[in-house]
Amino acid sequence: MSDTLDVVLRLLAVFVVFLVLPLVIGQTEHKVMAHMQGRLGPMYAGGFHGWAQLVADGVKFAQKEDIVPAGADRRVFQLAPAVALLPYLLVLVAIPVGPGNEVGQAVDAGIFFVLAVMGVGVLGSLMAGWASANKFSLLGGLRTAAQLMAYELPMVLAAASVAMAAGTVSLPGIVDAFHWWWVPWQLVGAVVFFVAGLAELQRPPFDMPVADSEIIFGAYTEYTGLRFALFLLSEYAGIVVLCGLTTVLFLGGWHGPFGADGLGWVWTLLKAAVLAFVVIWLRVTYPRLREDQLQKLAWTVLIPLALAQIALTGVVKVVTQ
Amino acid sequence: MTADYFQSYSVVGLLAVVGVLFVAVAFGAGRLLRPVVPTPEKLLTYECGVDPVGEGWAHTQVRYYVYAFLYVIFAVDSIFLFPWATVFAAPGFGGATLVEMFIFLGFLAVGLLYAWKKGVLEWT
Repeated sequence: MSDTLDVVLRLLAVFVVFLVLPLVIGQTEHKVMAHMQGRLGPMYAGGFHGWAQLVADGVKFAQKEDIVPAGADRRVFQLAPAVALLPYLLVLVAIPVGPGNEVGQAVDAGIFFVLAVMGVGVLGSLMAGWASANKFSLLGGLRTAAQLMAYELPMVLAAASVAMAAGTVSLPGIVDAFHWWWVPWQLVGAVVFFVAGLAELQRPPFDMPVADSEIIFGAYTEYTGLRFALFLLSEYAGIVVLCGLTTVLFLGGWHGPFGADGLGWVWTLLKAAVLAFVVIWLRVTYPRLREDQLQKLAWTVLIPLALAQIALTGVVKVVTQ
Repeated sequence: MTADYFQSYSVVGLLAVVGVLFVAVAFGAGRLLRPVVPTPEKLLTYECGVDPVGEGWAHTQVRYYVYAFLYVIFAVDSIFLFPWATVFAAPGFGGATLVEMFIFLGFLAVGLLYAWKKGVLEWT
């Protein structure tokens, strides 16, 4: 009985995190972007510094008319937002936040599971792009697919490097094996992983698939109301997942600096929050990469770097054995 | 061991069910909340504000198929890294696995160089 209760509580916690943290990041993005650009951002909704802006947005999305274009592939069009969103919920369950049993559900082949499931999310954009029967959406969908193919590889290779360092593919196992000198040792891998993850989420500066000045809004052009809101939610849930994973794989998760491990899961949250801030910062700082520059960065810079990181990891690991 | 295995993935499966329910409830509730006033103009696909020309599923040149090939080859290769990564530094392996690793990386690097030489990685 207590086992069942335990599982229910864990799933509930994961679900609440999945609904709340993306909103927190969204609100932070409003505010941080505004201040970096010398303006205030939302100030009225909710009274205190516009904290309820996203709630208001949500209410607006929920009561907007849902339009499916006459020429669209109706079923696929309607299902696409769910396909884009749900993989991030599933990934969240496997990310450990604290020592011992503080994880939604420890999965043996954690790193493998996480990478595999995250790849599914892109399918949602592809479905949306194809089913909309809109030329711009189709272009956006194709760009999404090309981007996934280019950036999934460096991401997998960088993750493999950590698995080599830890000698396990379980996520809690990797954090358990962490030592502070892993940070400089795996630095290149960490950067490759983070950049490739950003590109997979189609966040600026890698937002060519949704480039608004060029192809309207890519695969999401025809969406309104709730379905559009789910696509937005999936982008922010993706940020949560990416920052959480980078924290767990490369920054030592719940280990604090200088052996200060006492705070446990607070460290994980802090590190992930700092990374989320970096994600927003990059959006404000860099202009969008052109499509060919996108491909070039992945194939000629990130993949060789990831291979070099694997070689470095292997040599250091065997030599220090 | 097997019981653990099935237990962990059934929890993941349960979460998937929760997720599907969430989406279903959201879509169902949305149906009750929103207005439905379709007009022929509204149901046109959007194309810069003018009436769309031709079909939505237009011919596009799929330039990216070479990358699709490249990706499949490299990804299938790199999947094999994971089981190897868990044992390569175990006592008794050491130097031999390291040599293997360099052979493996060599294959990938040669493949990449070949694609480069063939002009696949050039865009301008």
